[in-house]
Amino acid sequence: MANEKFVNHQEDTVPPGLTQAVVPVTSASDIVTARQRGRALAEQIGFAGSDLTVIATVISELARNILEYAKSGEVVLSLGQRGSRVGIVIVARDRGPGIPDLTKAMQDGYTTGRGLGLGLPGVRRLVDDFDIVSELQKGTTVTVKKWAH
Amino acid sequence: MRVPILKQGYYLIASIQSALSDEDLLHLRDDLVERVGRYRSRGAIIDVTVLDVMDSFAVRTLRGIAHMIRLRGAQTLIVGIQPEVAFAMVQLGLTLGDVTTALDLEEGLAYLNQQAEASRQHGE
Repeated sequence: MANEKFVNHQEDTVPPGLTQAVVPVTSASDIVTARQRGRALAEQIGFAGSDLTVIATVISELARNILEYAKSGEVVLSLGQRGSRVGIVIVARDRGPGIPDLTKAMQDGYTTGRGLGLGLPGVRRLVDDFDIVSELQKGTTVTVKKWAH
Repeated sequence: MRVPILKQGYYLIASIQSALSDEDLLHLRDDLVERVGRYRSRGAIIDVTVLDVMDSFAVRTLRGIAHMIRLRGAQTLIVGIQPEVAFAMVQLGLTLGDVTTALDLEEGLAYLNQQAEASRQHGE
């Protein structure tokens, strides 16, 4: 199946030597771990207030999607830099069944699961950059970025 | 961590102390639905002040709890949703439906007392 990109993303330079957190997602308790790690990293990067909540919520939903649709995967959290801006890069990837119709999956209210996940449109509204690549039988990778103000 | 549930008069107060896993939320649901019957409670207040995240599962579970408790003949109130949590919920399109909310525990108790008073007067 064709890959589909929703955001043209330039390569963002990540300063070398910066630690990256990789959180495996195989059970519901990993969702809490992932969002707490993400929140901690976001605080280090300089996010505050409602941004921290938004970032933690986004991680929670992406990790939940992994569990629901692919059973397992991982969330990779890292610092991003574009020009003078810094931000958090959240990558949620799995080797699950992939999403058959990405355009539909990006529509509000569309779900093929038990409707436990919140859907990608909600996540997209909460972040600055949103990118999804999905291939049937191979898996899905969602990359989102939020820049600190 | 299991959420402690206090009994105060006709009401139950579930005071969330830390981040909750999915399992904790389901325990809270089971505990509250059972205790409403055991203590013949008229209302249950769930205090979510410490929660910095209410994701789709949390919101769905809270809605479910409120519905189940209503079926058991009591009322549920969610109190203490933080402004940033409210912001994220709205952006995500998460709603609590017809579940009653109040600013904090104090407002929640006042609301339940008011409701009880109104139904007493209505009964006379």
